[in-house]
Amino acid sequence: MFFSRQIVKRRDGRFGLRLGEGERMLLHSLYDDLADLLADPGDPAVRRLFPPAHDDPESEQQYRELVRDQLVAGRAKALDVVRATLSEKVLTAEEADAWLRGLNDLRLVLGTRLDVTEETDFELELDSGERGRQLAVYAYLTWLQEQFVEALSPE
Amino acid sequence: MSTTLAPAEVEIEQPDSADEREHDRPWVVIVWNDPINLMSYVTLVLQKLFGYSLARATKLMLQVHNEGKAVVSSGNREKSEHDVARLHAHGLWATMQQD
Repeated sequence: MFFSRQIVKRRDGRFGLRLGEGERMLLHSLYDDLADLLADPGDPAVRRLFPPAHDDPESEQQYRELVRDQLVAGRAKALDVVRATLSEKVLTAEEADAWLRGLNDLRLVLGTRLDVTEETDFELELDSGERGRQLAVYAYLTWLQEQFVEALSPE
Repeated sequence: MSTTLAPAEVEIEQPDSADEREHDRPWVVIVWNDPINLMSYVTLVLQKLFGYSLARATKLMLQVHNEGKAVVSSGNREKSEHDVARLHAHGLWATMQQD
């Protein structure tokens, strides 16, 4: 199955990226949506990106004041890296790491919106209109992220 | 958290207040199971953030998956908040509490 990999680690430590034009356009559109979404902290899918650290409301408030801006800035930076490298055929290790986290954020947002659970039957639901289409996108992102995890895992 | 043994006649220093004792109790960082994060991704994140071996990271990931949660690190409040923030930056569902 080697021929079908979208991302492969190269001997020089960088990563070869083989995505079709359709895949890149899809990712472009999804990342545009994610960038818009990050500006809306009230959206339930965005709340999934910034889960609470504490049960205690006072401690949670302190945690948010301490790290929320850094977390938002970190996500925005990774998003910038991914969007700037969407057409690249070779990624540095740092860029590949931003892709890995970016894909995870896309799956968290989409999976939260689709209410994906461990019991979700993709095969059964793939034909169910708009939800089916969205689930297919989610399944594609999962497949792509798995390849990034494999390529980036320490040997 | 000191393990130094004081001579019997020396009064062991006690924290001045309940607040200080509260502050000294260690915190644990917990990762919770969720249906979206990939098992392989959780393992990779634990290796990357904490320098755990593949075996240790895999064991913790399986504990999260099978039991619903696992303690992945511990320490003082500042370190734990730092660990939680790094886990949140990677999309993992992490919380912290005092042991």
